[in-house]
Amino acid sequence: MQPAKARKGIHRRKVLKMRIDKRKYDELRPLEIKAGVIPNANGSAMVRMGKTIAVAAVYGPREMFPKFKQKSNKAVLNTLYTMVPFSTTERVRPGRSRRSMEICKVTRQALEPAIFLEEFPKSVIDVYINIIQADAGTRTAGINAASVALADAGIPMRDLVASVAGGKIGKNFLVDLCMEEEEETEADVPVAYMPRTRQITLLQMDGDLPKEDVKEIIKLAIKSIEKIYKEQRKALEARWKKG
Amino acid sequence: MEKAEAEKQKGEGKLLKGERELVLPGDKIVESMDFLPGKNCFREGNTILAKRLGILSVSNRVISVIPLNSVYIPKPGDMVIGEVVEIQPTGWVVNIDAPQDAYLPLSGVRKFIDTTKMDLSKFYGMGDIIYAKIVSSNQGSIHLTMQDSRARKLIGGRIAKINPAKVPRLIGKQGSMISMIKSKTGCRISVGQNGLIWIDGKKCNEVLMVIKLIEDEAQVEGLTDRISEMLGGEEKTKAGSTGNAASQGTEGHSQEEGVKNEN
Repeated sequence: MQPAKARKGIHRRKVLKMRIDKRKYDELRPLEIKAGVIPNANGSAMVRMGKTIAVAAVYGPREMFPKFKQKSNKAVLNTLYTMVPFSTTERVRPGRSRRSMEICKVTRQALEPAIFLEEFPKSVIDVYINIIQADAGTRTAGINAASVALADAGIPMRDLVASVAGGKIGKNFLVDLCMEEEEETEADVPVAYMPRTRQITLLQMDGDLPKEDVKEIIKLAIKSIEKIYKEQRKALEARWKKG
Repeated sequence: MEKAEAEKQKGEGKLLKGERELVLPGDKIVESMDFLPGKNCFREGNTILAKRLGILSVSNRVISVIPLNSVYIPKPGDMVIGEVVEIQPTGWVVNIDAPQDAYLPLSGVRKFIDTTKMDLSKFYGMGDIIYAKIVSSNQGSIHLTMQDSRARKLIGGRIAKINPAKVPRLIGKQGSMISMIKSKTGCRISVGQNGLIWIDGKKCNEVLMVIKLIEDEAQVEGLTDRISEMLGGEEKTKAGSTGNAASQGTEGHSQEEGVKNEN
């Protein structure tokens, strides 16, 4: 949880031979995506990236309350990111926190460009993201789940949004960091991307890196995102391609 | 003939997805200006793409996607079932299970109402269920009318709910499915395009069961025959014509619905 970027010196494994979980540097953690996990919702999805598990449910478009929050020309996208209390070793206090509010905002901004919000004036699309188990990369897992859930709900979209985090340890560029790696990386760079339109919808950097390194990480992340995108499509096809 | 045309189009090597194939949002369907984007499709440059998850359908160079899962999006001409939730000085606000509440103005009622003499709630009170037609739906305001032979207040019976994307399946081609269910069970049924179904009759539970089955297996072929068989057995034992007279009144409705649905 605590960023340890400032304590670079105390880490001996400057040049890693292999990643902590025996992955290649550009390899994703075991990825599992399932659509339609919550029957009550209009659309839902579960995404498991290694030990991180995110569940997203989409309700709507439905009427926006309170009324003063309605937009007369388009729908409002309402995202709520929550970590369940047992998602980490230390209990997470339920309710909003500074961190969860930030993630709500960046998730919303990552998904908004993909959705035809202008088709549903005065309404709201609710996206609830719950992190069941956290092992770094929760916001990216959340975005992946939300994107599948939105498509599952039959909401008009320009493309699916896929997301992954990149980083740099020593001289190595890594993708889809786990908790141990996130503590050692010089910077954690979550990227969300729409593969068809080739637009980046989320780019954050927690830590310091030179420009060239960031470019390298983005390139690497986009490659992995293509893989996640394929999995997302497979999940939706598995749910709906019946009979 | 439609098939031959579709094949001709495929022959030109332009359709990137087969007809009746599953498409996901953002899927490229065709890269050509010869086609037009229909329902649930959009154009970007000279490519036509799918807007939402559904089944691709091509007719006369118009490409559209039939959604598989969706909340109800109001469309003028649709018959819907709704609940009166508010009474205003000049009309009623009706909840039709869509992104917005619909409005039924006084002018939409067939009878002349003198608001100085009559309380509007005498006509349609709070909580009343009505079967109404959508006149217009733009920029988030939906207007209803009762000026239609099918429109009426629904008294008694019960309401079932299914996914609005599966309503066409429930009605069937030219109303084949729904009229079959009606004649076999003797229930009175009104289907709203918004996924709400009003059922009245003795065999209510069987209808509900069938509706559930249709919702679950909407994509399976030969469903009409299977359901006919399912209900057919009961018809023989109970002679099933007890409620037929009652269903006569609504029979005409379903046919009209079916035809409209085909369009």
